[in-house]
Amino acid sequence: MQTSMINIEDIRKDFPILKRKVHKDKALVYLDNAATTQKPIQVIDAISNYYLNYNSNIHRAVHELAEEATLAYENTRDKIVKFINAKSREEIIFVRGTTEAINLVAYSWGRQNVNKDDIVVTTEYEHHSNIVPWQLLTKEKDAKLEYVGVDDNGELLLDQLDKYLETGRVKLVAFSQMSNVLGTITDSEEIIRRCKKKGVRVLVDGAQSVPHLKVDLQKLDCDFFAFSAHKMLGPTGVGVLWARKELLEGMVPFNGGGDMIREVHKYETSWNDLPYKFEAGTPNIADVIGFAAAIDYLERIGMDKVREHEMELTKYAIDKMSQIKGIKLYGQMDVVKRGGVISFNLGDIHPHDLATIIDEDGVAIRSGHHCAQVLMERLDVSATSRASFYIYNTKDEIDVFIKSLYRAKELFRL
Amino acid sequence: MSSADIYREIILDYYRNPRNYGKITNPDIAQRDSNPLCGDELEMHLNIKENKVADVKFTGKGCAISQASASMLTELIMGKNFEEVKNLSKEDILDNLGLHDLGPARIKCALLSLKVLKSGLYSYLSEKLKDTESADKIKEEASGLY
Repeated sequence: MQTSMINIEDIRKDFPILKRKVHKDKALVYLDNAATTQKPIQVIDAISNYYLNYNSNIHRAVHELAEEATLAYENTRDKIVKFINAKSREEIIFVRGTTEAINLVAYSWGRQNVNKDDIVVTTEYEHHSNIVPWQLLTKEKDAKLEYVGVDDNGELLLDQLDKYLETGRVKLVAFSQMSNVLGTITDSEEIIRRCKKKGVRVLVDGAQSVPHLKVDLQKLDCDFFAFSAHKMLGPTGVGVLWARKELLEGMVPFNGGGDMIREVHKYETSWNDLPYKFEAGTPNIADVIGFAAAIDYLERIGMDKVREHEMELTKYAIDKMSQIKGIKLYGQMDVVKRGGVISFNLGDIHPHDLATIIDEDGVAIRSGHHCAQVLMERLDVSATSRASFYIYNTKDEIDVFIKSLYRAKELFRL
Repeated sequence: MSSADIYREIILDYYRNPRNYGKITNPDIAQRDSNPLCGDELEMHLNIKENKVADVKFTGKGCAISQASASMLTELIMGKNFEEVKNLSKEDILDNLGLHDLGPARIKCALLSLKVLKSGLYSYLSEKLKDTESADKIKEEASGLY
């Protein structure tokens, strides 16, 4: 069975790992895509091609290998500019991932701009990576960290944002464009509009949104934007910080070292141009090159198609899961307002027990707090199970998952 | 091992109806720990009298394996000689639970209770009994449990 939008059988052929069996003879049903996605052969080939044929360091040497490697590395930057509709390549900083991107902003921009009694606002449905850096910063600066709450439908309570904005002390609002637990798609443009009116800077965590939705930074109009390659078919260890050029120009470097300098003297250094000012040391060349292949892959399918496919799968899964007696699904049920991430609990089966049981049927899901303990407290649970979908998942796979949930129920005598 | 072997009636029973669940006021030993990977939490309270475990209780949140393991451990050590309790091994716990060949992720759930117990005994031995030699030994055992 497949959705009409894209040819899933063809797509699945590009993912060698989907052919493997788990627990001896069970077909792998990979539903842990919010944690990391699988990689198509095109990405794997791009990485090995670099190591096999033109492995060398970039930017400095003048030999042919270095030239090829530099071109390939910088080519990824240009693709990203187009993919997220940034204004220029100078605004695209390669980092290890979303976590490092947010930390970079907190340490560099945050330390320069957040002072005593200032407020940084985040939300109750953030990943720890969009909470802990702000805790570190606000503690160091004797500033305050405030949270926009989440209602029972998994939506942000924007009245609370207004209340904080009215104090006139807010320096930054940081939120994720899609919750990694509830799948809620944040009303980002509305939040940013309210912040702009008050002259407040905005950081958007796009780790869960960029892989699944068309993101247009010119339309979004935020100030900082972060995302990771590995959640969008690319390799681990690569991510992007996008920031407005004028902000990056005013920021001090996060890491000092090679490649980020113009001139180094005994006691003074002048910085390299953007974006290199923020890319000290030899970067993750192979994986940045692999990232370009992932973007090509997604563009070939089209992000609109990716979204349509996931909406169809999510609707199908929610319909089937809702029929299971004793199941609790968290968040928004309207698939237009959420992504393909479904958190749930089944009776009194602890998520780790559930994940263990359905793993035996080949179904890989996530269980635990999903690096969102603040949200777990809000939901008053210690953990949830989470199934998350991507372009290669099928309705047949969701059927296997549902059948496995019934088996877990039976094992727990529910 | 398969889920059918793990989630036997007895494990589910201890999970849903934990024995010795609760707290002791002013316990001789109070120890809390959590598994950072999954957030399972466990707190154990013990009273030691005449070199024996006079009382033991636990509270916690977590999966069936971690909570059943804790409850069954309290029953195992209740009234036991302090020396015996000190010498409890990983195998003793797994035997008691009837869980062998758990995978590397889930064995941590089964052993959290023993880890908490040994950490508690470490504090008791080092602070109250001033027996640093036994304390260091048990501390090493506790950290080697994962």
